[in-house]
Amino acid sequence: MIAIVDYGAGNLVSVKKAFDWLGQECSITADPAEVERSSKIVLPGVGHFASTSSLARSGLQEEVTKAINRNVPFLGICVGMQWMFSGSEEAPETPGLGLFPGNCTRFPQTVKSPHVGWNQLEVASTSRLFRGLTPRPFVYFTHSYFAPVNGTTVACCEYAGRFSAAVEHELLFGVQFHPEKSGETGLRLLANFCAI
Amino acid sequence: MLTKRIIACLDVDDGRVVKGVKFTQLRDAGDPAELAKAHSVSGADEIVLLDISAAHQQRTTLLDTVRRTAKELFIPFTVGGGIRTLADADAVFASGTDKISINSAALANPALITEIAERFGSQAVVVAIDAKRHDGSWQAFTHGGRVSSNRDAFEWALDAESRGAGEILLTSMDRDGTAAGFDCELTRGVADRLNIPVIASGGAGGAAHFAEVFEKGHADAALAASIFHYGLSSLGDLKQYLNNNGIAVRWPC
Repeated sequence: MIAIVDYGAGNLVSVKKAFDWLGQECSITADPAEVERSSKIVLPGVGHFASTSSLARSGLQEEVTKAINRNVPFLGICVGMQWMFSGSEEAPETPGLGLFPGNCTRFPQTVKSPHVGWNQLEVASTSRLFRGLTPRPFVYFTHSYFAPVNGTTVACCEYAGRFSAAVEHELLFGVQFHPEKSGETGLRLLANFCAI
Repeated sequence: MLTKRIIACLDVDDGRVVKGVKFTQLRDAGDPAELAKAHSVSGADEIVLLDISAAHQQRTTLLDTVRRTAKELFIPFTVGGGIRTLADADAVFASGTDKISINSAALANPALITEIAERFGSQAVVVAIDAKRHDGSWQAFTHGGRVSSNRDAFEWALDAESRGAGEILLTSMDRDGTAAGFDCELTRGVADRLNIPVIASGGAGGAAHFAEVFEKGHADAALAASIFHYGLSSLGDLKQYLNNNGIAVRWPC
């Protein structure tokens, strides 16, 4: 069972709908015990980075960390991916999980923010998440903060500079875009995650 | 490169897609769920469903239609019409939509923008502005274009942005349904003043109109309804045309 972690940040129906369509058993949950029992964890997120602070208070962060240590595959989406980094300048008082090095920063004033719409990726051929997809797929973004490019980056995107659109390390995966809103490409990527 | 979005709009009345000329004279164009899926397959970047009967009949959006349409749609989906409170918005989000669009209710109670944005994020709040030319400027209208708010459209767009709107859906009432082209002057006026994306609407008649509103109107996205429903211009042909004319679009999808 895939646990879609609900920490009170926005609307998770679209994410569940995509897994339902793929025929995957999944549940939107705020219950640490259900996270503990799950075989895969998805942490979606739209909105403010500060909302991730409720994960620590509710005991969900502790269960997520334990599951990651047990090698349960984990996928962070949008703010969920940003949470995997050290933190974000959007909420400096709220630490991230620190699974990936670096801080998330805001797009400069020179471009419209949020970055909304379909943008093209440059995907590394080694990526498991993008297996079977074209090397330059279009995906749907909506965000004002972004994670830096580092050694775990498997997909780059260009908007006022290059940023990390997807990161991958062993069984940890993060995507800045919304696979549940990225048509066939996104469904294929979610199916790849389910198959891991 | 961030691409320009092409948005297919479904104007829905009583569970059926309809399209009017200048907000009246409705023609039946089919089932919302079927049309949304067909548009998505042929290359639409987003779907907007507007319950056009909602504002004047004082009833909420048909949640059942929304649920049915959202079920097999995996591109961004916006629903508008009849959303007056946070609870109305909540019900629409729970039915599977990604963004809500508010118009009359936002003008009557601008705090609603902030309320919904704080709960669901700014990316989920589209403020729709129906603008009509009046003495060299544009006024924002409500209730499906029947009532003037007496507010300047540019000023209202800026206010909506500062209150937490994530996008502006800007309809030229003068052009809507005419197929005479988007109002580039209106679109540019709003797009250049704002730091959030502006979706141009009203007047699409052919591929060249889209190129024009992206280049001259500085629109981030363009929306049309009838030209897609009746097959006058296929989405694929439109995107191919834009691509050939140096405008970045998601093509092939």
